[in-house]
Amino acid sequence: MTRVEHATTSSRIGLILIVLATLVLAAAPAWADRLTLRLLAEVFTFLTLASLWNLLAGYAGLVSVGQQAYVGLGGYLLFALTTFGGVHPIAAILLAGPLAALVSIPVASLIFRLRGAYFAIGTWVVAEVFRLLASQLSALGGGSGISLPAPIILAIAPTRSLREFEIYWLALGLTVIVLAALFILLRSRHGLALTAIRDNEVAAQSGGIDVGRLKFVVYLLTAGGTGMIGSLIFLMKLRISPDTAFSVNDWTAFVIFITVIGGVGRIEGPVVGTVIFFVLRQTLADLGSMYLIMMGAVAIGVMLCAPKGLWGLVAERYGWQALPLQRKLVISAET
Amino acid sequence: MTVWLNIILQGVLIGGLYAMFAAGLSLIFGVMRLVNIAHGDLIVLAAYLALVVTQTIGIDPLVSLLLVVPLMALIGYALQRGLLNFTLGDDILPPLLVTFGLSIIIQNGLLELFTADSRKLITGPIEVQTVQIAEGIWIGALPLIQFLVAIAVIAGLQTLFYKSALGRAFRATSDDQSVAQLMGLDTRHVFGMAMALSLAVVGVAGVFLAIRANFDPAIGPARLIFGFEAVIIGGLGSLWGTLAGGVILGVSQAIGAQIDPGWQLLAGHLVFLAILAVRPEGLFPKVAG
Amino acid sequence: MSEPLLEVDSIDAFYGDFHALAGVSLRVGAGQVVAVIGANGAGKSTLLRSMSGLMHPRRGAIRFEGANISRMPAFDVVKAGVAMVPEGRRLFPSLSVEENLLIGAQSRRAGPWTLTRVYELFPVLAERRHLPATALSGGQQQMAAIGRALMANPTLLLCDEISLGLAPIILREIYARLSEIVREGISVIAVEQDIVQALRAASYVYCLQEGRVALQGRAAQLTRADISAAYFGV
Repeated sequence: MTRVEHATTSSRIGLILIVLATLVLAAAPAWADRLTLRLLAEVFTFLTLASLWNLLAGYAGLVSVGQQAYVGLGGYLLFALTTFGGVHPIAAILLAGPLAALVSIPVASLIFRLRGAYFAIGTWVVAEVFRLLASQLSALGGGSGISLPAPIILAIAPTRSLREFEIYWLALGLTVIVLAALFILLRSRHGLALTAIRDNEVAAQSGGIDVGRLKFVVYLLTAGGTGMIGSLIFLMKLRISPDTAFSVNDWTAFVIFITVIGGVGRIEGPVVGTVIFFVLRQTLADLGSMYLIMMGAVAIGVMLCAPKGLWGLVAERYGWQALPLQRKLVISAET
Repeated sequence: MTVWLNIILQGVLIGGLYAMFAAGLSLIFGVMRLVNIAHGDLIVLAAYLALVVTQTIGIDPLVSLLLVVPLMALIGYALQRGLLNFTLGDDILPPLLVTFGLSIIIQNGLLELFTADSRKLITGPIEVQTVQIAEGIWIGALPLIQFLVAIAVIAGLQTLFYKSALGRAFRATSDDQSVAQLMGLDTRHVFGMAMALSLAVVGVAGVFLAIRANFDPAIGPARLIFGFEAVIIGGLGSLWGTLAGGVILGVSQAIGAQIDPGWQLLAGHLVFLAILAVRPEGLFPKVAG
Repeated sequence: MSEPLLEVDSIDAFYGDFHALAGVSLRVGAGQVVAVIGANGAGKSTLLRSMSGLMHPRRGAIRFEGANISRMPAFDVVKAGVAMVPEGRRLFPSLSVEENLLIGAQSRRAGPWTLTRVYELFPVLAERRHLPATALSGGQQQMAAIGRALMANPTLLLCDEISLGLAPIILREIYARLSEIVREGISVIAVEQDIVQALRAASYVYCLQEGRVALQGRAAQLTRADISAAYFGV
């Protein structure tokens, strides 16, 4: 009799730690000050963006340097839905996900005609098109952007502290949901298919996996998740403009660096990468372009010397995993 | 009528510049299947090199080509052998991510060195000179020179690729790396030469960019995108196709700008997406992507 | 044999963890034809790849004209005088027939082999010199691959399964040409699955089985029974 075993000692410990951490973080409004809450919320958004990019590039093999298209789209959807649709901001955020996924369908049908690095640049072109189109939308501020009207801000909650708490819990909640969804996906047979695609696409195809369709679906899901987080980000910023919404530096460069340094292709990678990124940012203060140069150099170094990232190095060496995702065939003799 | 003819002519001429942006990109992809995300930023680097050279030595920007082009070729060889050769392999992630990191580093490095101020190189009277080619049709002398240089560059690359020993080495190495080594080709050196050639073309493109328009550290990615769009519109594997692609892009942008200034870039992107939709292999393809 | 031209001294070769060759030794003298036979997967191609510099042995040494070439990269090995006719011909598809021959001369070694001489040896190539290499038939491609290796003016030619996919009549013609080449003083190591042809052409034979030398000896002195036993590991 054979069965597939997912858990290991490290994953049991990991699961307990994750649950504990989530509980502590959920109680943060009680023990953290306003600045820390904002910082934590920012950490959550980057963690989610990086995890989604990791799914796209590390599992489906689709390297995108244009995810800022959906971050910005989500932001503009928030502003449009609340200002013109009268939708409650939190509902708008939840709506932005499926809407962004919808928009990604025609986009995917176009750019999937490109392969490899040309696909990557294609995603960049799409983001540029979104940015240029946004600049033409005078109703949403055109090139200079627009601020979120006061009534909509008040709709979240009557007092500022309550608003901060709600946004914080929304950020934490969305992160938990996205990561949980990722875990379920990777644990399912589609997750197995994805690892097959990552290892050898041709072999996966001949093994009966519909590679094209799976990639398409993953692209859609990632776009939806990214759109949702994008609208949350701009709810936190309270102001949007084409350049901030579709910024390559903020939404792609940092995200890619985080994932690469942490470890592409493993669910724990973005977590490690996000922690390192923010520790560095807080300790080194904002050095602006010097910081970007350093991150770029570190990312290059990691890619050349430790292509599986820092977590990848550790995980391979010690065989650790934080979540029960491995698939080990256990054959036991039972009568 | 003549207004539109002039517009289209402007578009054709700038298409030459776009083709030069694209030629280096296309060459590298053909030889080693590498797409250099930092390509646009290297064009901007060349522009700043021209700036430094013209300012310190006091020579005319067009003359600075004699220094900038060899310098960029050297940088290309060093970059390939020192960094990019180590990213080549079956995995698409390393070259993509390393060149992306390089792009960010170059942009921010230039920002630190030169600030975000817009610059432009002045060449003198030739900048405003125009040539009348027909009744009511005038074109700038500089854009015309630049277009002719673009044609010369592409013709030169074609000749080198198909008629020279180096070109033979490029084609053999891109066909089959192992067997190329069995023939006595040090593939590390061949790739270095390919990148040197690519950046030499980038050097020409960068100098002309610097003369023609305002530049600052952030405009690299847009140049990469124009080059990339020219390659895709024209079709992979064909340098003359890339010229056609550049011209189509330039004309689309010119027409778009005439309709509404804010539509200049968008028009180009939309034509690119349209071609991707109806003829993804490009207009004059030679190889499959 | 006096000083051998090429000496493989007890090499071990690995593909990752897979132990492809174990303690293999081999020698070729000047002007000699040596055959290496064995079943699929026995390690014949691995042996040639190690000799040509595409792979490096983990243990043991390879010496050519006295010099240790075990760690030399392939592009230096051909400059030293060892040229390979790869398995499956592997002509460059983007190059014409003539360009394929010309690239064989990349290593710029001095010697008698020029385009003219190669065309004399294989006249059918001269007729098709400007065609893309892929337009040739199997036999013609094999001739082109051999011609390409000769353009490097080697002292040792490594031939990897040149009989594969060729009609017997074509094969006989190619091996006839090969003996002409040997008469000029070039040594040959021929890896073959076609035992008959290999034994006819070679003076000395090695039989590999699962990465080891199972049998070796003068071609004239080995019996059918010996070879079958070694080939199949019975």
